[in-house]
Amino acid sequence: MYYTYTITGLVLIISFIINKQKTLKAVKIAVVKFKKIFPTFITMLILVSIILFLFPDEVISNYLGNSSKFISVLLASFIGSITLMPGFVAFPLSGILLTKGIPYMVLSAFTTTLMMVGIITFPIEKEYFGVKVTIIRNFISLFIALSVAVVTGIFFGEIF
Amino acid sequence: MKRNTKISTACISGYIFFLIISFVFEFNPGKEIGYNFISFLLYMLKILPCAFILIGLFEVWIKKEVIEKHLGKESGMKGYAWVVLLAGTIAGGLLVAFPIAYSLYNKGAKLSIVFTYIGAAAICRIPMTLYEASFMGVKFTMIRLLVSLPLVMITSILLGEYLTKRNYKIIEGK
Repeated sequence: MYYTYTITGLVLIISFIINKQKTLKAVKIAVVKFKKIFPTFITMLILVSIILFLFPDEVISNYLGNSSKFISVLLASFIGSITLMPGFVAFPLSGILLTKGIPYMVLSAFTTTLMMVGIITFPIEKEYFGVKVTIIRNFISLFIALSVAVVTGIFFGEIF
Repeated sequence: MKRNTKISTACISGYIFFLIISFVFEFNPGKEIGYNFISFLLYMLKILPCAFILIGLFEVWIKKEVIEKHLGKESGMKGYAWVVLLAGTIAGGLLVAFPIAYSLYNKGAKLSIVFTYIGAAAICRIPMTLYEASFMGVKFTMIRLLVSLPLVMITSILLGEYLTKRNYKIIEGK
């Protein structure tokens, strides 16, 4: 995260030195765009806060650990699709789940859907791309996640 | 649109009211939801300002012709390589990817490139990939990347072609 700040800061300073007006204009654009999308962000955060309450870590590990592999993969992609977690939470959690004996393929379905499929980010995505494309993109992403899970299962010897 | 704004204002105020009541009367589920909300809000507020400033600078400095040449209709495989590299270096995941993708599109990048960007931003950010590998092992991460990245490109090309044929345009705020 800090390197993003460093890079942004550096670029901003360089830009300011080269051309003051342009840089101010850039900041203005940033503010306008941010304001425009902010209410949608808040709506999304409200959804996130409620869903994370309904699906805390313990519930996730319980569900993923107690059923057959294939049902677990489906469950994992479902949970991954409806929740939104930053990577710095999701991977340690997956690491813990791994030590609890949950198969790699289940975790790959979980992490990939977590990163690619966003039911919760739907309000934001549709602001930019419209409802139809958002739905198509998310279905494609789900398909990709399931493919990744299957290949992971094959390579880790969990399917055959 | 006006009606929507009213509804969402009502929802947000109701939610805030619920949180306040929960904290006053020690209603634990409500408090937990409140903590979730605050922690995510802080996380977002850390990432988003940078992203939007970079977007602003991008809009001001990068000429349309440059994007059109490298990421537009005439760009070949190199365009995809560029955009994956770009996605790999920007933090923030999907949420940040949407506005950036929109800016790229506005500057003349073609749709398949835009969708590749979104997919790649979700799955192969470099810092996150290193982090992932340290928890899940290099083999896991490599399989995930080697399977998902080509699929992202192929599906993006198909989706891009399909939408271009149907004259689809991205319009902000629609």
